Amino acid sequence: MKPDLFTAPDYYNIDDLLNEEHKMVREATRSWVKKELSPIIEDAAQKAEFPKDLLNGLAEIGAFGPYIPADYGGAGLDQISYGLMMQEIERGDSGIRSTASVQSSLVMYPIFAYGSEEQKKKLLPKLASGEMIGCFGLTEPDFGSNPGGMLTNFKDKGDHYLLNGAKLWISNAPFADIAIVWAKNEEGRIHGLIVERGMEGFSTPETHNKWSLRASATGELIFNDVKIPKKNLLPNKNGLGAPLGCLDSARYGIAWGVIGAAMDCYDTALRYAKERIQFGKPIAVKQLQQKKLSEMITEITKAQLLAWRLGTLKNEGKATSAQISMAKRNNVDMALKIARESRQILGAMGITGEYSIMRHMMNLESVVTYEGTHDIHLLITGLDITGHSAF
Amino acid sequence: MKILVCISHVPDTTSKINFTEGDSKFDTNGVQFVINPNDEFGLTRAMWFKEKQGASVDIINVGGPETEPTLRKALAIGADTAIRINTIPTDGFQVAKELAKVAGEGNYDLIICGRESIDYNGGMVPGLLAGMLKANFINTCIGLEVEGVKATAIREIDGGKETLTASLPLVIGGQKGIVEESDLKIPNMRGIMQARKKPLNVVEPSGAEAATKAVKFEKPAPKGDVKLIDPENLDQLIDLLHNEAKVI
Ligand SMILES: Cc1cc2nc3c(=O)[nH]c(=O)nc-3n(C[C@H](O)[C@H](O)[C@H](O)COP(=O)(O)OP(=O)(O)OC[C@H]3O[C@@H](n4cnc5c(N)ncnc54)[C@H](O)[C@@H]3O)c2cc1C
Repeated sequence: MKPDLFTAPDYYNIDDLLNEEHKMVREATRSWVKKELSPIIEDAAQKAEFPKDLLNGLAEIGAFGPYIPADYGGAGLDQISYGLMMQEIERGDSGIRSTASVQSSLVMYPIFAYGSEEQKKKLLPKLASGEMIGCFGLTEPDFGSNPGGMLTNFKDKGDHYLLNGAKLWISNAPFADIAIVWAKNEEGRIHGLIVERGMEGFSTPETHNKWSLRASATGELIFNDVKIPKKNLLPNKNGLGAPLGCLDSARYGIAWGVIGAAMDCYDTALRYAKERIQFGKPIAVKQLQQKKLSEMITEITKAQLLAWRLGTLKNEGKATSAQISMAKRNNVDMALKIARESRQILGAMGITGEYSIMRHMMNLESVVTYEGTHDIHLLITGLDITGHSAF
Repeated sequence: MKILVCISHVPDTTSKINFTEGDSKFDTNGVQFVINPNDEFGLTRAMWFKEKQGASVDIINVGGPETEPTLRKALAIGADTAIRINTIPTDGFQVAKELAKVAGEGNYDLIICGRESIDYNGGMVPGLLAGMLKANFINTCIGLEVEGVKATAIREIDGGKETLTASLPLVIGGQKGIVEESDLKIPNMRGIMQARKKPLNVVEPSGAEAATKAVKFEKPAPKGDVKLIDPENLDQLIDLLHNEAKVI
């Protein structure tokens, strides 16, 4: 793999919208990615192995729950800092960003927002320090875009609950210590349960042969009469809104994260176009290549402004789910198109692991699907503006 | 042990260098600033003394408000308190004199400077500062240990190393080797949040005057284009090396 020469574009001086702390967070994360992630990621993706050695580093820089208050082991950063961290980590690889997103937004956030004080005190510091890794089980084999139809359920057995069902496509499942599992009670109401590795009847087989997010481990969660202590139920929110609240936080992080992947593709393609000589001249002098590169920087700039504005709304507690959907959908699509276009600029070199582009491109196929598909986010906007559900 | 680390705020090594005002002033437009690398090696060693020997670590800089992000970064890495002497640094003599006043009042046991800053490469400050403070001085340190009031330093000398001891108070000029590049710390998020609350004290300058004045800067002549010569054409290569490059 080539040395990591990344320099970030900032066509609209968006840095001027950031404070010193935001920039320090971004620079620190960028330095960590260059030092620890870039040198090993291609190999991990080629071998389809999650690089577990990165977990310590992710915890050390503070990528697990950066916006969780310091009292619970987080860093207490604002939402723009969180977004910038996701941008920088995904600039390295969407799979590693996924691990950080899941731990922060899908495991720490529900415990923080819906958990009891005891659950928070016990679990959040361990999750922040990486001593414990979590996963989030919502999707089921027959219920993806429509999680409300889920079949996984639990029954009240007096001193414990009995959990049955299966979850599929769960990031971090193969090695997670705990799973936040969404399941229906006897009345059909969705609740969150903390399921611990080692509980009898609970297994987590790995899903193999993915062509996307190869450096992230994905698996199943299988519950066969698993006894769950009653204190493991998240007490403070139930209904489909509870898991969707976590998704809002993760989708927000994705809206920033994919800007990183897009920047990396653009930066690589721009450098390559200036150096690659065909017909006696660098291909960057050709109008066709300039069109691609110019459109890329335009789209990246628009996506940055969208993410930044959403971040300020989120800091003020005003961002709506529909606004988050719009940014997730727009930005992932932007990144995927840029990955495909930049791959072409590199010609045959673009298909090799010498460059990060094809890895980003394949990763983004998952990112455009998980946390609400491209279609589903459009339907959310549609519902929001017309008042009619078209699901 | 009370340690003071002198931090200068310098352009990132990848910055494009330009000059303004008739080539007498560095153009800071669009330039990214960082902690001077020689100072960062020293700061990292100071963090080691803090962790292992319970030292306190203050950092100091002579500069305008624009240097504060660099100081905050050093605080995020783990320094306790920052001091900014609020004046524009113009030459080594003025900087050393300003530093000496504050450093003297602080009664530090160990003052760690970089061997030189990578912007103007003057390399005068650590020596001048030691002289002004009547402290011991060891330059170009690639290793430093302290036990009680005795410091043992390793210096890089031409073709080898020299180990020497000196008693505190001591000023050193550090460089790569005092810690390795892989030891440099990336601030973590908790450090960045804590840095927000750490004191950054701005003190007014004593009014030291510069002893020298920059008149003109010149960049090296731009490199010529590369000429590719066919491996078959050895004669042409020799001709060019002889007549054009004049190296043989
Ligand atoms: C690598 C990876 C990691 C993942 N990690 C997790 C995780 O950690 N936790 C978790 O719970 N889930 C996870 N997922 C699952 C992910 O969230 C689902 O795949 C996603 O919600 C889509 O569900 P589905 O795959 O069942 O597709 P389906 O819902 O079957 O959709 C198939 C197609 O139909 C379209 N479609 C569906 N409904 C409609 C409609 N009403 N109108 C029009 N078109 C529609 C969709 O847009 C899509 O194009 C992960 C997925 C991947 C690929």
